[in-house]
Amino acid sequence: MTPTTAARRWRRPVFIRSRAWRFAIYGGAVLYLVLAVGSLEVNWLRIYEGLDRGWRFVQGFLAPDFTRRWRDIVVGFEESLTMTVTSTVVGVLISIPIGIGAARNMAPLPVYYVCRAIVALSRAFQEIIIAILFVAMFGFGPFAGFLTLSFATIGFLAKLLAEDIEDIDEAQAEAVRATGANWGQLVNYAIQPQVMPRLIGLSLYRLDINFRESAVIGIVGAGGIGATLNTAMERYAYDTAAAIMILIIVIVMLAEYSSSHIRKWVQ
Amino acid sequence: MPVIAVRETVTWRQRTSARQLALWVGWLALAALFVFSWQVMTKNTIWAFVWDAPQQAGDLVSRMANPRLGYLSQLWWPLWETINIATLGTLLAIILSVPLAFLAARNTTPSAILVRPVALLIIVSSRSINSIIWGLLLVAIIGPGQVAGIFAIMLRSLGFIGKLLYEAIEEIDPSQVEAVTATGASRSQVIDYGIVPQILPAFAGITVFRWDINIRESTVLGLVGAGGLGLKLQASLNVLAWNQVTVIFIVILATVLLSEWVSAKIRHAII
Repeated sequence: MTPTTAARRWRRPVFIRSRAWRFAIYGGAVLYLVLAVGSLEVNWLRIYEGLDRGWRFVQGFLAPDFTRRWRDIVVGFEESLTMTVTSTVVGVLISIPIGIGAARNMAPLPVYYVCRAIVALSRAFQEIIIAILFVAMFGFGPFAGFLTLSFATIGFLAKLLAEDIEDIDEAQAEAVRATGANWGQLVNYAIQPQVMPRLIGLSLYRLDINFRESAVIGIVGAGGIGATLNTAMERYAYDTAAAIMILIIVIVMLAEYSSSHIRKWVQ
Repeated sequence: MPVIAVRETVTWRQRTSARQLALWVGWLALAALFVFSWQVMTKNTIWAFVWDAPQQAGDLVSRMANPRLGYLSQLWWPLWETINIATLGTLLAIILSVPLAFLAARNTTPSAILVRPVALLIIVSSRSINSIIWGLLLVAIIGPGQVAGIFAIMLRSLGFIGKLLYEAIEEIDPSQVEAVTATGASRSQVIDYGIVPQILPAFAGITVFRWDINIRESTVLGLVGAGGLGLKLQASLNVLAWNQVTVIFIVILATVLLSEWVSAKIRHAII
């Protein structure tokens, strides 16, 4: 072995290759951090006072109070869960035709653009902003929440469904087309069997998301457990709030667990 | 896919009769659940309010139609706050979720019986609660403002980044880890040279993706008092200044679209 090869050492490759870019990016990041942290207004006194409340909340979590406001909690979850089911069903039903329309290989160009526009509109704003508008139009209560979640489901599901339809195995569609099938039969026998497992999986995932969102939109008046949680928080009833949050976590865990089972069973 | 003889003619069917029946029962159960849920949900609905919705919508549109563009000058500072809430919240979440992910991954956890369930519980709890609810909680505890928003974003992102990262760690190629171990590397060197290079692209993608989501969420966190654009939104809604609400919506939309574009660019550059 010659000395030159022994002197060579391996060094791990750097993340950003160009020297100038590296300095610019790291420097910019540091500058941003200094500015951002510098513009924070921290009221240390308020935080110090709040530590006491934080401790009470931790205590509330350790000893949640399910009984005192049980009636309100039940009504809140009743609204949330029913809102979740109805909005997911309606949202999925509407998003199937829109999803097919938004797939480039299934729809003519004008239909494609209309469906893509609907998807973009529904995805542009968060649920809570849509809820504000729907509450203003339809009044307080779970009906506005139902509309919000249905609307949000369309954007989510139609987009993913359209992408899935665009990715299908063309050979199967061609084989079905070669038998003289019309467009409806093509969808039914060539597209539907290929995308159905994923559609069911996505619908279950959306069911999960809708439940989590239903806990939020109540804050702006769209019914559900969020309204109850907000009230509990405003009354400083941390033990009740903790009970509600624990129930939300448990329901989400159950939903995730059972949906993974259903997905396995479907595929 | 069975071929079934019906009155001596052989026909192809997509499913066997038993499977077809099970399928119908399943759909029927779903329909029944839907009708039941609908009735429970609309028990207290005041239909008069629903039926005059088109009129209300027309009213709303006419109030929102002429946006008060002068209001824009009051939105730059909240916008800066919003971006800071999302970015600093994501940074804090990264710092906490990396060790959490290593504790939760089956192949790197120090103890699968004691540590792993705790880490998984933290991840699942963080993921189940929306950042707005974390915001509600933190505003009650440490008072309204940006700091509550940053911690709300952090608490929500922790589970998200932690989950995706620990799944990425579990999916790594073990032969590289073995090769590094065979050189006599210590445990931390194995992580540094065997595992980190493998998960780095996934990690960068996950964090940029989460940052993008966090920008979206931090625009509305102010609705519960946690700083940023949402505070202005809440203030405008309280005085029914719908022409200001329009301006805020436009700013939110522009911010979200921009962050989506930036994150797509960065992810494209990394992966």
